[in-house]
Amino acid sequence: MELSGGDILVQALKEEGVEFIFGYPGGAVLHIYDALYRSEGIKHILVRHEQGATHAADGYARSTGKPGVVLVTSGPGATNAVTGIATAHMDSIPMVVITGQVPKKVIGSDAFQEVDSIGITRPCVKHNFLVKDVKDLAETIKKAFYVATTGRPGPVVIDVPKDITAPDVKVPFHYPETVNMRSYNPTSKGHPGQIRRAVDLLLVAKRPMLYSGGGVVLGDAADELTQLTQTLGYPITNTLMGLGAYPGTDKQFVGMLGMHGTYEANLAMHECDVLLAIGARFDDRVTGDLEHFCPHAKIIHIDVDPSSISKTVPVDVPIVGDVKEVMNDMLTLLEETDTKPDAKALAAWWQQIALWQDKDCMAYATSSSVIKPQSVIQSLHKVTEGDAFVTSDVGQHQMWAAQYYPFNKPRRWINSGGLGTMGFGLPSAMGVQLAHPDATVACVTGEASIQMCIQELSTCKQYDLPINILCLNNRYMGMVRQWQEFFYDRRYSHSYMDALPNFVKLVESYGHVGLRIEDPADVEGAIREAIALKDRTVFLDFITDQTENVYPMIANGKGHHEMHMPPPRELS
Amino acid sequence: MRHIISLLMENEAGALSRVAGLFSARGYNIESLTVAATDDPSLSRMTLVTRGSDEIIEQITKQLNKLVDVVRLIDLSSSSYIEREFMMIKLRALGAAREEFKRLADIFQGSVIDVTDNSYVIEMIGNSEKLDAFIKAVGDEVVLEVVRSGVTGISRGEKGLRA
Repeated sequence: MELSGGDILVQALKEEGVEFIFGYPGGAVLHIYDALYRSEGIKHILVRHEQGATHAADGYARSTGKPGVVLVTSGPGATNAVTGIATAHMDSIPMVVITGQVPKKVIGSDAFQEVDSIGITRPCVKHNFLVKDVKDLAETIKKAFYVATTGRPGPVVIDVPKDITAPDVKVPFHYPETVNMRSYNPTSKGHPGQIRRAVDLLLVAKRPMLYSGGGVVLGDAADELTQLTQTLGYPITNTLMGLGAYPGTDKQFVGMLGMHGTYEANLAMHECDVLLAIGARFDDRVTGDLEHFCPHAKIIHIDVDPSSISKTVPVDVPIVGDVKEVMNDMLTLLEETDTKPDAKALAAWWQQIALWQDKDCMAYATSSSVIKPQSVIQSLHKVTEGDAFVTSDVGQHQMWAAQYYPFNKPRRWINSGGLGTMGFGLPSAMGVQLAHPDATVACVTGEASIQMCIQELSTCKQYDLPINILCLNNRYMGMVRQWQEFFYDRRYSHSYMDALPNFVKLVESYGHVGLRIEDPADVEGAIREAIALKDRTVFLDFITDQTENVYPMIANGKGHHEMHMPPPRELS
Repeated sequence: MRHIISLLMENEAGALSRVAGLFSARGYNIESLTVAATDDPSLSRMTLVTRGSDEIIEQITKQLNKLVDVVRLIDLSSSSYIEREFMMIKLRALGAAREEFKRLADIFQGSVIDVTDNSYVIEMIGNSEKLDAFIKAVGDEVVLEVVRSGVTGISRGEKGLRA
């Protein structure tokens, strides 16, 4: 069968099982859009800005585990996509981004809408390809999907010059079944000797701690993690990216760790004698000051990416491998051995943890006159019975969502953890809702973040996406304001959002439903009303307490044992 | 400590920029970098000279290995190896110094490859220390220009770096 490059591209995506392309047309991709017009089976979602396309594909990928696919034009199409590509790269999200390029013969001549997409994206992709011959197109697409989805996943860019997709140049089409790259062979099986050492070490621990990250979600290993944790009976904490990998409402879960983690999780990290890190990368927001990080612990680290191991924290037992396979191997060893965890030491350790838990670090002063942002998240949890997909933007609202919405399943909590991209919440919610048309999807955002990709409200209308947008509107860039309060003597430099739109009227103009909520008594009812509207995008504008801060907190450069606790409060 | 890392990479456009970009993005230092095709035209061989603590060198090798186009990599300095660098040096050569430079070049197994009334160009191969020693021997004040290739290296014994 002879096909043009445009048709080959579309056909190859079909062979990969692609359901959705998130894209925006333009000159360099017109041949591809023409091929799409003639084809059936793949649904193209027209966004309003290329950043929205990448975040939507990203949300699709995070919530399904399948790679997200993006199609944008050359020049500004590609540069607009970069923020979303970098966002996916930092959180290891599988994505294939096809960027149009000017025709081969004018590359390098500063042609109209020409930009060096390979050069610009190189530091924020897992890999990128420039297609120089239409005969290489199918194989390149195969390789791109393979690289994006195997090992430590990540975004892959394919830059396609316009002439490669020209309708009049046809070549035989054959989509390869398999791919073989001599330079790329990710390890999946962990070293048996190392796994045995890890299990031996875990079994002699007096104060053990499990710490798991986004790698467990990405590696579809939540069941193995749960089984391993419950077999051992040890406390577990999840990173911001790992929430939901272990049930957030289980008694062995001590909450998130890190800068805004719980007192008990951070203190347990500080005092533990054996730490098992699984699919986590010792991010600075997790570790705090490295000098004070887990000072008493022997550390075991399982990760599919060797470069994540001993990158910032030296590890005693490194295990390179797929977290699912390695945890299964550990479970087998635990079954075979007669050695059991030290019950007496473990009981004392749990007692110590209970004392830390008694501090009740997540308690906050409630109010009957002003809406407390935390209470909005708690109401969302109550109304959705903890079973919604929750996307977020970046800032205080993101931390409150992470703290007050315990996730019991993986892939339910969708946020930009690594790059911290404001504007991520709404478009990622579109990808999630498209992948799960019957599910409840909530986008927790703030009045600052939402405005960074607010144009996607139009996309929500075009595709009838019943997303529930919960805007915690405190008329500030809240996290910036919080840092200015704590560390800049309350000099609130440019953190006030002046001249805010009337969000209710704004969303109504897009054809959506908007509600402004100012009375704490109305919070739960409004959320119920929004979720009941199954066929509409609803924007809930919660006017919240302007001065609320995210607690507890470890200030930059401090250790886990140096937490700021919430100020004295009256608890109801 | 100084390390010499040799790697084989798919001979694709942009291969060099992936390696150079990695070093600049992660703040690793790079003393020299040489690159050329090998007997297998689909592969480029690069030799990098870098300095860092054991932890940094470990990260550098892991990060290089992580590049999708890198086929194989070794830290030559972790076992027995040979390193060579090529230099061409232009000297102001007048009067008695002309004989002296010729003699020095012989001692260092270099040769004079260009001559004018008042200058020499001398070519020389060796490890970096030897080339440094030659420059020191002739003295800075007569050096008009120095061009060095950067270090390349190969391991001793029959084991080789192959795809």
